[in-house]
Amino acid sequence: MIEARNLTKHFGSRVAVDNVSFTVERGEVLGFLGPNAAGKSTTIRMLTGFLPPTAGTAVIGGNDILKSSLAARSEIGYLPENAPAYPDMTVTGFLEFVAEIRGFSGGEKRRRVGKVIERCFLPEVRFQVISTLSKGFKQRVCFAQSILHDPKFLIMDEPTDGLDPNQKHEVRSMIREMGRDKTIILSTHILEEVEAICTRVVIIANGKIVADNTPEKLKLQAPDHGVVHFSIPGDLSSGLLADLDQVAGVERVDPLAADGVLRVSVYPRDPKNPPVAGIISYLQGKGAQVHSFQVAEGRLDEFFRGVTTSTDAEVQI
Amino acid sequence: MNRFLRNTKGVIKRELGGYFGSPLAYVFIVIFLVLCGFFTFVVSGFYELGQADLRAFFQWLPWTYLFLIPAVSMRLWAEERRTGTLELLLTLPTTLTELVLGKFLAAWLFIIIALLLTFPLVLTVSYLGDPDLGVIFSGYLGSALLAGAYLSIGSMTSSLTRNQVISFILSVVICLVVVLVGWPPVINSISTWAPIWLVEVVAGFSFVPHSASMERGIVDLRDLLYFASMIFFMLFANGVILQNRRTS
Repeated sequence: MIEARNLTKHFGSRVAVDNVSFTVERGEVLGFLGPNAAGKSTTIRMLTGFLPPTAGTAVIGGNDILKSSLAARSEIGYLPENAPAYPDMTVTGFLEFVAEIRGFSGGEKRRRVGKVIERCFLPEVRFQVISTLSKGFKQRVCFAQSILHDPKFLIMDEPTDGLDPNQKHEVRSMIREMGRDKTIILSTHILEEVEAICTRVVIIANGKIVADNTPEKLKLQAPDHGVVHFSIPGDLSSGLLADLDQVAGVERVDPLAADGVLRVSVYPRDPKNPPVAGIISYLQGKGAQVHSFQVAEGRLDEFFRGVTTSTDAEVQI
Repeated sequence: MNRFLRNTKGVIKRELGGYFGSPLAYVFIVIFLVLCGFFTFVVSGFYELGQADLRAFFQWLPWTYLFLIPAVSMRLWAEERRTGTLELLLTLPTTLTELVLGKFLAAWLFIIIALLLTFPLVLTVSYLGDPDLGVIFSGYLGSALLAGAYLSIGSMTSSLTRNQVISFILSVVICLVVVLVGWPPVINSISTWAPIWLVEVVAGFSFVPHSASMERGIVDLRDLLYFASMIFFMLFANGVILQNRRTS
Protein backbone atom coordinates (compact mmCIF):
# COMPACT_ATOMS: atom_id res chain seq x y z
CA MET A 1 0.00 0.00 0.00
CA ILE A 2 1.22 3.48 -0.83
CA GLU A 3 -0.08 6.16 1.44
CA ALA A 4 0.33 9.91 0.98
CA ARG A 5 -0.37 11.63 4.28
CA ASN A 6 -1.05 15.35 4.07
CA LEU A 7 1.88 15.91 1.71
CA THR A 8 2.68 19.59 1.45
CA LYS A 9 5.52 21.29 -0.38
CA HIS A 10 6.41 24.95 -0.42
CA PHE A 11 8.99 26.42 -2.79
CA GLY A 12 9.71 29.73 -1.13
CA SER A 13 6.33 31.39 -0.84
CA ARG A 14 4.76 29.30 -3.61
CA VAL A 15 2.70 26.32 -2.47
CA ALA A 16 3.37 23.58 -5.00
CA VAL A 17 1.52 20.77 -3.25
CA ASP A 18 -1.11 21.50 -0.66
CA ASN A 19 -2.16 18.84 1.83
CA VAL A 20 -2.45 15.93 -0.57
CA SER A 21 -3.60 12.61 0.90
CA PHE A 22 -4.55 9.37 -0.81
CA THR A 23 -3.91 5.66 -0.52
CA VAL A 24 -3.31 3.12 -3.24
CA GLU A 25 -3.91 -0.55 -2.51
CA ARG A 26 -2.23 -3.59 -4.02
CA GLY A 27 -3.80 -4.43 -7.36
CA GLU A 28 -4.69 -0.84 -8.10
CA VAL A 29 -3.27 1.26 -10.92
CA LEU A 30 -3.67 4.87 -9.91
CA GLY A 31 -3.62 7.48 -12.64
CA PHE A 32 -2.26 10.72 -11.31
CA LEU A 33 -3.55 13.53 -13.48
CA GLY A 34 -3.29 17.26 -13.62
CA PRO A 35 -2.43 20.14 -15.91
CA ASN A 36 1.22 21.09 -16.28
CA ALA A 37 2.72 22.59 -13.11
CA ALA A 38 -0.18 21.27 -11.02
CA GLY A 39 2.22 19.54 -8.64
CA LYS A 40 2.22 16.01 -10.08
CA SER A 41 5.97 15.59 -10.31
CA THR A 42 6.55 17.30 -6.97
CA THR A 43 4.12 14.89 -5.28
CA ILE A 44 5.79 11.94 -6.94
CA ARG A 45 9.22 13.17 -5.90
CA MET A 46 8.04 13.35 -2.31
CA LEU A 47 6.56 9.84 -2.51
CA THR A 48 9.87 8.43 -3.72
CA GLY A 49 11.97 10.27 -1.16
CA PHE A 50 13.76 12.60 -3.58
CA LEU A 51 12.22 15.76 -2.17
CA PRO A 52 11.62 16.10 1.55
CA PRO A 53 8.07 17.39 2.15
CA THR A 54 7.50 20.68 3.95
CA ALA A 55 4.82 18.86 5.94
CA GLY A 56 3.26 15.40 5.93
CA THR A 57 4.87 12.17 4.83
CA ALA A 58 4.46 9.13 2.64
CA VAL A 59 4.30 5.54 3.82
CA ILE A 60 5.35 2.84 1.38
CA GLY A 61 4.33 -0.67 2.45
CA GLY A 62 4.50 0.30 6.12
CA ASN A 63 7.85 2.09 5.82
CA ASP A 64 7.86 5.84 6.32
CA ILE A 65 9.81 7.47 3.48
CA LEU A 66 11.38 9.95 5.91
CA LYS A 67 12.05 7.73 8.92
CA SER A 68 12.97 4.41 7.30
CA SER A 69 13.90 5.76 3.93
CA LEU A 70 16.21 2.95 2.81
CA ALA A 71 13.67 0.21 3.52
CA ALA A 72 10.98 2.20 1.71
CA ARG A 73 13.18 3.01 -1.29
CA SER A 74 14.32 -0.59 -1.73
CA GLU A 75 10.69 -1.64 -2.36
CA ILE A 76 9.98 1.10 -4.89
CA GLY A 77 10.60 1.02 -8.61
CA TYR A 78 10.79 4.57 -9.87
CA LEU A 79 10.73 5.97 -13.37
CA PRO A 80 11.45 9.72 -13.03
CA GLU A 81 10.19 12.35 -15.46
CA ASN A 82 12.23 12.54 -18.70
CA ALA A 83 13.72 9.10 -17.97
CA PRO A 84 17.23 10.06 -16.85
CA ALA A 85 20.07 7.58 -17.41
CA TYR A 86 23.86 7.93 -17.52
CA PRO A 87 24.63 9.03 -21.08
CA ASP A 88 28.18 7.64 -21.07
CA MET A 89 27.19 4.09 -20.11
CA THR A 90 26.01 1.20 -22.23
CA VAL A 91 22.49 -0.11 -21.68
CA THR A 92 23.80 -3.30 -20.05
CA GLY A 93 26.36 -1.40 -17.98
CA PHE A 94 23.72 0.98 -16.68
CA LEU A 95 21.28 -1.77 -15.77
CA GLU A 96 24.03 -3.76 -14.08
CA PHE A 97 24.98 -0.71 -12.03
CA VAL A 98 21.40 -0.31 -10.83
CA ALA A 99 21.19 -4.06 -10.16
CA GLU A 100 24.32 -3.88 -8.00
CA ILE A 101 22.97 -1.01 -5.94
CA ARG A 102 19.74 -2.99 -5.62
CA GLY A 103 21.80 -5.76 -4.06
CA PHE A 104 22.08 -8.31 -6.87
CA SER A 105 25.41 -9.81 -7.88
CA GLY A 106 26.91 -12.53 -10.02
CA GLY A 107 24.52 -14.82 -11.88
CA GLU A 108 21.41 -13.33 -10.30
CA LYS A 109 22.42 -9.87 -11.51
CA ARG A 110 23.04 -11.07 -15.07
CA ARG A 111 19.81 -13.05 -15.09
CA ARG A 112 17.72 -10.05 -13.98
CA VAL A 113 19.40 -7.64 -16.38
CA GLY A 114 18.95 -10.12 -19.22
CA LYS A 115 15.28 -10.53 -18.35
CA VAL A 116 14.41 -6.83 -18.29
CA ILE A 117 16.34 -6.28 -21.51
CA GLU A 118 14.06 -8.87 -23.12
CA ARG A 119 10.90 -7.54 -21.50
CA CYS A 120 11.53 -3.95 -22.48
CA PHE A 121 12.48 -4.75 -26.09
CA LEU A 122 16.09 -3.68 -25.71
CA PRO A 123 18.14 -6.62 -27.07
CA GLU A 124 19.18 -4.78 -30.22
CA VAL A 125 20.75 -1.92 -28.26
CA ARG A 126 22.07 -3.79 -25.25
CA PHE A 127 25.71 -2.84 -25.89
CA GLN A 128 24.99 0.62 -27.24
CA VAL A 129 25.97 3.78 -25.35
CA ILE A 130 22.88 5.48 -23.92
CA SER A 131 23.70 8.94 -25.32
CA THR A 132 23.35 7.51 -28.84
CA LEU A 133 19.85 6.13 -28.25
CA SER A 134 16.59 7.67 -29.45
CA LYS A 135 14.05 9.06 -26.99
CA GLY A 136 11.93 5.92 -27.12
CA PHE A 137 14.84 3.64 -26.29
CA LYS A 138 16.01 5.89 -23.46
CA GLN A 139 12.51 5.80 -22.03
CA ARG A 140 12.50 2.02 -22.13
CA VAL A 141 15.99 1.79 -20.59
CA CYS A 142 14.83 3.83 -17.64
CA PHE A 143 11.62 1.81 -17.46
CA ALA A 144 13.71 -1.37 -17.40
CA GLN A 145 15.68 0.07 -14.51
CA SER A 146 12.48 0.61 -12.54
CA ILE A 147 11.18 -2.98 -12.82
CA LEU A 148 14.55 -4.72 -12.53
CA HIS A 149 14.08 -5.76 -8.90
CA ASP A 150 10.44 -6.76 -9.38
CA PRO A 151 9.29 -4.04 -6.95
CA LYS A 152 6.06 -4.22 -4.99
CA PHE A 153 5.50 -0.53 -5.60
CA LEU A 154 5.93 1.06 -8.97
CA ILE A 155 5.87 4.83 -9.38
CA MET A 156 6.15 6.26 -12.87
CA ASP A 157 6.21 9.83 -14.08
CA GLU A 158 4.88 9.86 -17.65
CA PRO A 159 5.90 6.32 -18.56
CA THR A 160 4.90 6.45 -22.22
CA ASP A 161 6.39 9.85 -22.99
CA GLY A 162 8.31 9.74 -26.29
CA LEU A 163 7.14 6.28 -27.35
CA ASP A 164 5.49 5.55 -30.68
CA PRO A 165 1.91 4.18 -30.68
CA ASN A 166 3.02 0.54 -30.85
CA GLN A 167 5.48 0.92 -28.01
CA LYS A 168 2.87 2.80 -26.00
CA HIS A 169 0.55 -0.13 -26.44
CA GLU A 170 3.22 -2.60 -25.32
CA VAL A 171 4.19 -0.57 -22.26
CA ARG A 172 0.55 -0.13 -21.31
CA SER A 173 -0.23 -3.81 -21.51
CA MET A 174 2.89 -4.46 -19.43
CA ILE A 175 1.72 -1.99 -16.79
CA ARG A 176 -1.77 -3.45 -16.79
CA GLU A 177 -0.36 -6.94 -16.35
CA MET A 178 1.93 -5.86 -13.51
CA GLY A 179 -0.95 -3.98 -11.92
CA ARG A 180 -2.56 -7.25 -10.86
CA ASP A 181 -0.12 -7.93 -8.06
CA LYS A 182 1.64 -4.59 -7.58
CA THR A 183 0.71 -1.17 -6.37
CA ILE A 184 1.18 1.28 -9.22
CA ILE A 185 1.03 5.04 -9.49
CA LEU A 186 1.55 6.69 -12.83
CA SER A 187 1.33 10.31 -13.70
CA THR A 188 0.26 11.30 -17.16
CA HIS A 189 -1.69 13.86 -19.08
CA ILE A 190 -2.78 11.43 -21.76
CA LEU A 191 -6.39 10.64 -20.92
CA GLU A 192 -6.74 7.67 -23.25
CA GLU A 193 -3.94 6.07 -21.26
CA VAL A 194 -5.89 6.52 -18.06
CA GLU A 195 -8.94 4.85 -19.58
CA ALA A 196 -6.79 2.05 -20.93
CA ILE A 197 -4.96 1.06 -17.76
CA CYS A 198 -6.01 2.90 -14.62
CA THR A 199 -8.41 1.48 -12.09
CA ARG A 200 -8.54 4.78 -10.24
CA VAL A 201 -7.89 8.41 -10.99
CA VAL A 202 -6.68 11.24 -8.81
CA ILE A 203 -6.76 14.65 -10.40
CA ILE A 204 -4.82 17.50 -8.90
CA ALA A 205 -4.90 21.17 -9.83
CA ASN A 206 -2.91 23.93 -8.18
CA GLY A 207 -1.49 21.46 -5.71
CA LYS A 208 -4.87 20.25 -4.42
CA ILE A 209 -6.79 17.06 -5.10
CA VAL A 210 -9.95 17.94 -7.04
CA ALA A 211 -11.14 14.43 -7.88
CA ASP A 212 -10.46 10.90 -6.66
CA ASN A 213 -12.55 8.08 -8.17
CA THR A 214 -12.68 5.35 -10.79
CA PRO A 215 -12.57 6.52 -14.42
CA GLU A 216 -16.13 5.17 -14.90
CA LYS A 217 -17.54 7.17 -12.00
CA LEU A 218 -15.74 10.32 -13.15
CA LYS A 219 -17.20 9.97 -16.61
CA LEU A 220 -20.67 9.98 -15.06
CA GLN A 221 -19.87 13.42 -13.68
CA ALA A 222 -18.58 14.74 -17.00
CA PRO A 223 -20.58 17.66 -18.44
CA ASP A 224 -21.40 15.64 -21.56
CA HIS A 225 -22.64 12.57 -19.69
CA GLY A 226 -26.16 11.61 -20.80
CA VAL A 227 -26.18 13.94 -23.80
CA VAL A 228 -28.04 12.39 -26.73
CA HIS A 229 -26.40 12.82 -30.13
CA PHE A 230 -28.23 11.98 -33.33
CA SER A 231 -28.05 12.92 -36.96
CA ILE A 232 -30.88 13.14 -39.50
CA PRO A 233 -31.13 14.46 -43.05
CA GLY A 234 -32.57 17.97 -43.34
CA ASP A 235 -31.65 21.53 -42.47
CA LEU A 236 -32.53 24.07 -39.81
CA SER A 237 -35.33 25.72 -41.79
CA SER A 238 -37.24 22.46 -42.24
CA GLY A 239 -38.84 22.73 -38.79
CA LEU A 240 -37.95 19.16 -37.96
CA LEU A 241 -36.63 20.20 -34.55
CA ALA A 242 -39.20 22.85 -33.76
CA ASP A 243 -40.83 21.12 -30.80
CA LEU A 244 -37.95 18.95 -29.69
CA ASP A 245 -37.28 21.07 -26.61
CA GLN A 246 -40.91 20.46 -25.53
CA VAL A 247 -40.16 16.75 -25.04
CA ALA A 248 -40.20 15.85 -21.34
CA GLY A 249 -36.71 15.85 -19.77
CA VAL A 250 -35.02 17.90 -22.49
CA GLU A 251 -33.04 20.85 -21.20
CA ARG A 252 -31.51 22.30 -24.35
CA VAL A 253 -31.17 21.38 -28.04
CA ASP A 254 -27.98 22.18 -29.88
CA PRO A 255 -28.28 21.55 -33.64
CA LEU A 256 -25.54 21.83 -36.25
CA ALA A 257 -26.33 21.75 -39.96
CA ALA A 258 -23.87 20.79 -42.66
CA ASP A 259 -24.25 19.30 -46.16
CA GLY A 260 -27.95 18.63 -45.72
CA VAL A 261 -27.37 16.69 -42.50
CA LEU A 262 -28.45 17.86 -39.06
CA ARG A 263 -26.21 16.83 -36.19
CA VAL A 264 -28.09 17.39 -32.99
CA SER A 265 -26.99 17.27 -29.36
CA VAL A 266 -29.79 17.11 -26.83
CA TYR A 267 -28.83 18.03 -23.26
CA PRO A 268 -31.01 16.28 -20.70
CA ARG A 269 -32.37 17.84 -17.54
CA ASP A 270 -31.23 14.81 -15.55
CA PRO A 271 -28.05 13.24 -17.01
CA LYS A 272 -28.82 9.97 -15.21
CA ASN A 273 -32.11 9.58 -17.13
CA PRO A 274 -31.71 10.99 -20.63
CA PRO A 275 -35.10 11.18 -22.39
CA VAL A 276 -34.14 8.57 -24.99
CA ALA A 277 -37.64 7.14 -25.45
CA GLY A 278 -39.17 10.63 -25.75
CA ILE A 279 -36.67 11.69 -28.41
CA ILE A 280 -37.11 8.49 -30.41
CA SER A 281 -40.88 8.75 -30.49
CA TYR A 282 -40.58 12.47 -31.39
CA LEU A 283 -38.35 11.59 -34.35
CA GLN A 284 -40.68 8.77 -35.42
CA GLY A 285 -43.57 11.19 -35.21
CA LYS A 286 -41.74 13.54 -37.62
CA GLY A 287 -40.94 10.62 -39.90
CA ALA A 288 -37.24 11.45 -39.78
CA GLN A 289 -34.77 8.96 -41.12
CA VAL A 290 -32.22 8.61 -38.33
CA HIS A 291 -28.61 8.11 -39.50
CA SER A 292 -27.04 7.71 -36.09
CA PHE A 293 -28.21 7.82 -32.51
CA GLN A 294 -25.99 7.72 -29.46
CA VAL A 295 -26.14 8.47 -25.74
CA ALA A 296 -22.77 9.86 -24.56
CA GLU A 297 -21.35 8.03 -21.56
CA GLY A 298 -19.28 11.09 -20.72
CA ARG A 299 -15.72 11.85 -21.69
CA LEU A 300 -12.89 11.94 -19.20
CA ASP A 301 -11.26 14.91 -20.91
CA GLU A 302 -14.48 16.91 -20.51
CA PHE A 303 -14.52 16.11 -16.83
CA PHE A 304 -10.81 16.92 -16.55
CA ARG A 305 -11.33 20.30 -18.22
CA GLY A 306 -14.24 21.04 -15.96
CA VAL A 307 -12.44 20.42 -12.68
CA THR A 308 -9.04 21.81 -13.60
CA THR A 309 -10.17 25.06 -15.19
CA SER A 310 -12.73 25.98 -12.55
CA THR A 311 -10.07 25.88 -9.81
CA ASP A 312 -7.85 28.10 -11.96
CA ALA A 313 -10.58 30.71 -12.01
CA GLU A 314 -11.00 30.39 -8.27
CA VAL A 315 -7.34 31.14 -7.68
CA GLN A 316 -7.32 34.13 -10.01
CA ILE A 317 -10.11 35.73 -8.01
CA MET B 1 28.34 -2.55 6.59
CA ASN B 2 28.04 -5.10 3.85
CA ARG B 3 25.63 -2.89 1.98
CA PHE B 4 27.87 0.11 2.55
CA LEU B 5 30.89 -1.56 0.94
CA ARG B 6 28.84 -3.03 -1.89
CA ASN B 7 27.21 0.29 -2.81
CA THR B 8 30.40 2.30 -2.48
CA LYS B 9 32.17 -0.23 -4.67
CA GLY B 10 29.32 -0.09 -7.19
CA VAL B 11 29.57 3.71 -7.40
CA ILE B 12 33.38 3.62 -7.71
CA LYS B 13 33.14 1.07 -10.51
CA ARG B 14 30.58 3.10 -12.39
CA GLU B 15 32.54 6.32 -12.03
CA LEU B 16 35.85 4.80 -13.11
CA GLY B 17 34.09 3.20 -16.06
CA GLY B 18 32.79 6.68 -16.89
CA TYR B 19 36.29 8.17 -16.81
CA PHE B 20 37.94 5.58 -18.97
CA GLY B 21 34.93 5.18 -21.24
CA SER B 22 35.22 8.80 -22.33
CA PRO B 23 38.12 10.80 -23.80
CA LEU B 24 38.29 12.76 -20.53
CA ALA B 25 40.63 10.27 -18.86
CA TYR B 26 43.12 10.14 -21.72
CA VAL B 27 43.14 13.90 -22.32
CA PHE B 28 43.65 14.49 -18.63
CA ILE B 29 46.47 11.98 -18.27
CA VAL B 30 48.34 13.22 -21.33
CA ILE B 31 48.10 16.87 -20.33
CA PHE B 32 49.02 16.08 -16.75
CA LEU B 33 52.12 14.14 -17.79
CA VAL B 34 53.19 16.78 -20.32
CA LEU B 35 52.82 19.54 -17.74
CA CYS B 36 54.72 17.56 -15.13
CA GLY B 37 57.53 16.94 -17.60
CA PHE B 38 57.59 20.57 -18.63
CA PHE B 39 57.81 21.87 -15.07
CA THR B 40 60.36 19.29 -13.97
CA PHE B 41 62.77 19.48 -16.88
CA VAL B 42 62.30 22.94 -18.36
CA VAL B 43 61.19 25.21 -15.54
CA SER B 44 63.04 23.58 -12.65
CA GLY B 45 65.97 22.46 -14.75
CA PHE B 46 66.09 18.92 -13.41
CA TYR B 47 69.36 18.03 -15.15
CA GLU B 48 71.10 21.27 -14.19
CA LEU B 49 70.23 20.80 -10.51
CA GLY B 50 72.43 17.75 -10.38
CA GLN B 51 70.50 16.28 -7.45
CA ALA B 52 69.28 12.70 -7.24
CA ASP B 53 65.79 13.49 -5.95
CA LEU B 54 62.38 14.51 -7.28
CA ARG B 55 61.95 17.87 -5.53
CA ALA B 56 61.95 19.51 -8.95
CA PHE B 57 58.87 17.44 -9.79
CA PHE B 58 56.95 17.55 -6.52
CA GLN B 59 57.27 21.28 -5.88
CA TRP B 60 55.23 22.13 -8.99
CA LEU B 61 52.40 19.72 -8.31
CA PRO B 62 50.26 22.19 -6.28
CA TRP B 63 50.18 24.41 -9.40
CA THR B 64 49.56 21.63 -11.88
CA TYR B 65 46.76 20.34 -9.71
CA LEU B 66 45.27 23.79 -9.37
CA PHE B 67 43.70 23.71 -12.83
CA LEU B 68 43.63 20.04 -13.66
CA ILE B 69 41.91 18.66 -10.58
CA PRO B 70 38.95 21.08 -10.63
CA ALA B 71 38.54 20.02 -14.26
CA VAL B 72 38.02 16.46 -13.08
CA SER B 73 35.89 17.28 -10.06
CA MET B 74 33.64 19.90 -11.67
CA ARG B 75 31.41 17.28 -13.23
CA LEU B 76 31.06 15.03 -10.18
CA TRP B 77 27.69 16.37 -9.01
CA ALA B 78 26.93 19.20 -11.42
CA GLU B 79 26.59 16.70 -14.25
CA GLU B 80 24.23 14.50 -12.24
CA ARG B 81 22.05 17.49 -11.56
CA ARG B 82 22.04 18.60 -15.16
CA THR B 83 21.11 15.24 -16.65
CA GLY B 84 18.60 14.43 -13.90
CA THR B 85 20.39 11.25 -12.88
CA LEU B 86 20.71 12.73 -9.39
CA GLU B 87 17.01 11.95 -8.96
CA LEU B 88 17.64 8.37 -9.97
CA LEU B 89 20.66 8.05 -7.71
CA LEU B 90 19.03 9.54 -4.63
CA THR B 91 15.91 7.38 -4.94
CA LEU B 92 17.91 4.15 -5.15
CA PRO B 93 18.33 2.39 -1.81
CA THR B 94 21.70 3.94 -1.04
CA THR B 95 22.83 6.59 1.41
CA LEU B 96 24.44 9.95 0.69
CA THR B 97 27.60 8.82 2.49
CA GLU B 98 28.00 5.91 0.09
CA LEU B 99 27.45 8.15 -2.91
CA VAL B 100 29.73 11.00 -1.81
CA LEU B 101 32.47 8.63 -0.74
CA GLY B 102 32.16 6.44 -3.83
CA LYS B 103 32.40 9.36 -6.21
CA PHE B 104 35.27 10.94 -4.32
CA LEU B 105 37.27 7.70 -4.09
CA ALA B 106 36.78 6.99 -7.79
CA ALA B 107 38.08 10.42 -8.77
CA TRP B 108 40.95 10.09 -6.33
CA LEU B 109 41.87 6.67 -7.65
CA PHE B 110 41.85 8.09 -11.15
CA ILE B 111 44.26 10.88 -10.21
CA ILE B 112 46.49 8.47 -8.32
CA ILE B 113 46.68 6.38 -11.49
CA ALA B 114 47.76 9.49 -13.41
CA LEU B 115 50.28 10.29 -10.67
CA LEU B 116 51.73 6.77 -10.79
CA LEU B 117 52.23 7.15 -14.53
CA THR B 118 55.01 9.62 -13.74
CA PHE B 119 57.10 6.57 -12.75
CA PRO B 120 59.62 7.18 -15.58
CA LEU B 121 60.86 10.09 -13.48
CA VAL B 122 61.72 7.66 -10.70
CA LEU B 123 63.49 5.41 -13.20
CA THR B 124 65.41 8.36 -14.62
CA VAL B 125 66.58 9.60 -11.27
CA SER B 126 67.55 6.08 -10.18
CA TYR B 127 69.51 5.59 -13.37
CA LEU B 128 71.33 8.90 -13.05
CA GLY B 129 72.11 8.75 -9.37
CA ASP B 130 71.39 7.03 -6.13
CA PRO B 131 68.20 8.62 -4.74
CA ASP B 132 66.64 7.91 -1.36
CA LEU B 133 63.60 5.85 -2.39
CA GLY B 134 61.97 6.42 1.00
CA VAL B 135 61.93 10.16 0.32
CA ILE B 136 60.46 9.58 -3.11
CA PHE B 137 57.78 7.34 -1.64
CA SER B 138 56.79 9.90 0.97
CA GLY B 139 56.79 12.55 -1.75
CA TYR B 140 54.30 10.51 -3.73
CA LEU B 141 52.23 9.91 -0.61
CA GLY B 142 52.14 13.66 0.03
CA SER B 143 51.19 14.33 -3.58
CA ALA B 144 48.37 11.80 -3.46
CA LEU B 145 47.03 13.35 -0.25
CA LEU B 146 47.33 16.79 -1.78
CA ALA B 147 45.29 15.59 -4.77
CA GLY B 148 42.68 14.23 -2.36
CA ALA B 149 42.40 17.60 -0.65
CA TYR B 150 41.96 19.43 -3.96
CA LEU B 151 39.38 16.88 -5.06
CA SER B 152 37.35 17.16 -1.89
CA ILE B 153 37.10 20.92 -2.42
CA GLY B 154 36.12 20.38 -6.04
CA SER B 155 33.52 17.78 -5.12
CA MET B 156 31.98 20.19 -2.63
CA THR B 157 31.78 23.07 -5.11
CA SER B 158 30.37 20.71 -7.73
CA SER B 159 27.45 19.90 -5.48
CA LEU B 160 26.58 23.59 -5.24
CA THR B 161 25.51 24.05 -8.84
CA ARG B 162 24.31 22.37 -11.99
CA ASN B 163 26.73 24.46 -14.01
CA GLN B 164 30.13 22.86 -14.45
CA VAL B 165 31.88 26.14 -15.31
CA ILE B 166 30.76 27.77 -12.08
CA SER B 167 31.83 24.68 -10.19
CA PHE B 168 35.26 24.80 -11.88
CA ILE B 169 35.87 28.48 -11.16
CA LEU B 170 34.74 28.22 -7.54
CA SER B 171 37.01 25.32 -6.83
CA VAL B 172 40.01 26.92 -8.60
CA VAL B 173 39.53 30.06 -6.52
CA ILE B 174 39.18 28.20 -3.23
CA CYS B 175 42.17 25.98 -3.99
CA LEU B 176 44.21 29.01 -5.07
CA VAL B 177 43.52 30.79 -1.79
CA VAL B 178 44.41 27.68 0.20
CA VAL B 179 47.65 27.29 -1.76
CA LEU B 180 48.62 30.96 -1.64
CA VAL B 181 48.28 31.44 2.12
CA GLY B 182 51.18 29.01 2.53
CA TRP B 183 53.33 30.25 -0.33
CA PRO B 184 56.55 31.88 0.98
CA PRO B 185 56.16 35.25 -0.84
CA VAL B 186 52.61 35.60 0.50
CA ILE B 187 53.65 34.55 4.01
CA ASN B 188 56.43 37.12 3.93
CA SER B 189 54.13 39.93 2.91
CA ILE B 190 51.60 38.99 5.63
CA SER B 191 54.30 38.76 8.28
CA THR B 192 55.32 42.41 7.73
CA TRP B 193 52.15 43.57 9.47
CA ALA B 194 50.55 40.57 11.19
CA PRO B 195 51.70 39.03 14.48
CA ILE B 196 53.71 35.89 14.04
CA TRP B 197 51.09 33.56 15.60
CA LEU B 198 48.47 34.74 13.10
CA VAL B 199 50.84 34.12 10.23
CA GLU B 200 51.42 30.60 11.49
CA VAL B 201 47.72 29.89 11.92
CA VAL B 202 46.94 31.13 8.42
CA ALA B 203 49.86 29.32 6.85
CA GLY B 204 48.86 26.18 8.73
CA PHE B 205 45.66 26.05 6.74
CA SER B 206 47.56 25.89 3.48
CA PHE B 207 48.31 22.68 1.62
CA VAL B 208 51.86 23.70 0.85
CA PRO B 209 53.74 23.34 4.16
CA HIS B 210 52.08 19.98 4.78
CA SER B 211 52.91 18.46 1.43
CA ALA B 212 56.34 20.14 1.35
CA SER B 213 57.48 18.35 4.48
CA MET B 214 56.44 15.05 2.93
CA GLU B 215 58.46 15.89 -0.18
CA ARG B 216 61.47 16.16 2.08
CA GLY B 217 60.73 12.67 3.37
CA ILE B 218 59.12 13.56 6.69
CA VAL B 219 55.83 11.76 7.27
CA ASP B 220 54.42 13.58 10.25
CA LEU B 221 51.19 12.45 11.87
CA ARG B 222 50.07 16.07 12.02
CA ASP B 223 50.34 16.42 8.24
CA LEU B 224 48.38 13.21 7.72
CA LEU B 225 45.80 14.50 10.15
CA TYR B 226 45.63 17.80 8.29
CA PHE B 227 44.81 16.14 4.97
CA ALA B 228 42.41 13.66 6.54
CA SER B 229 40.48 16.40 8.31
CA MET B 230 40.47 18.65 5.22
CA ILE B 231 39.03 15.84 3.10
CA PHE B 232 36.56 14.80 5.77
CA PHE B 233 35.32 18.34 6.32
CA MET B 234 34.86 19.06 2.61
CA LEU B 235 33.06 15.78 1.94
CA PHE B 236 30.86 16.32 4.95
CA ALA B 237 29.95 19.78 3.62
CA ASN B 238 29.34 18.12 0.26
CA GLY B 239 26.83 15.74 1.86
CA VAL B 240 25.08 18.52 3.77
CA ILE B 241 24.78 20.61 0.60
CA LEU B 242 23.26 17.70 -1.31
CA GLN B 243 20.86 16.94 1.51
CA ASN B 244 19.64 20.53 1.54
CA ARG B 245 19.75 21.26 -2.18
CA ARG B 246 17.38 18.38 -2.76
CA THR B 247 14.69 20.74 -1.60
CA SER B 248 14.84 22.95 -4.67
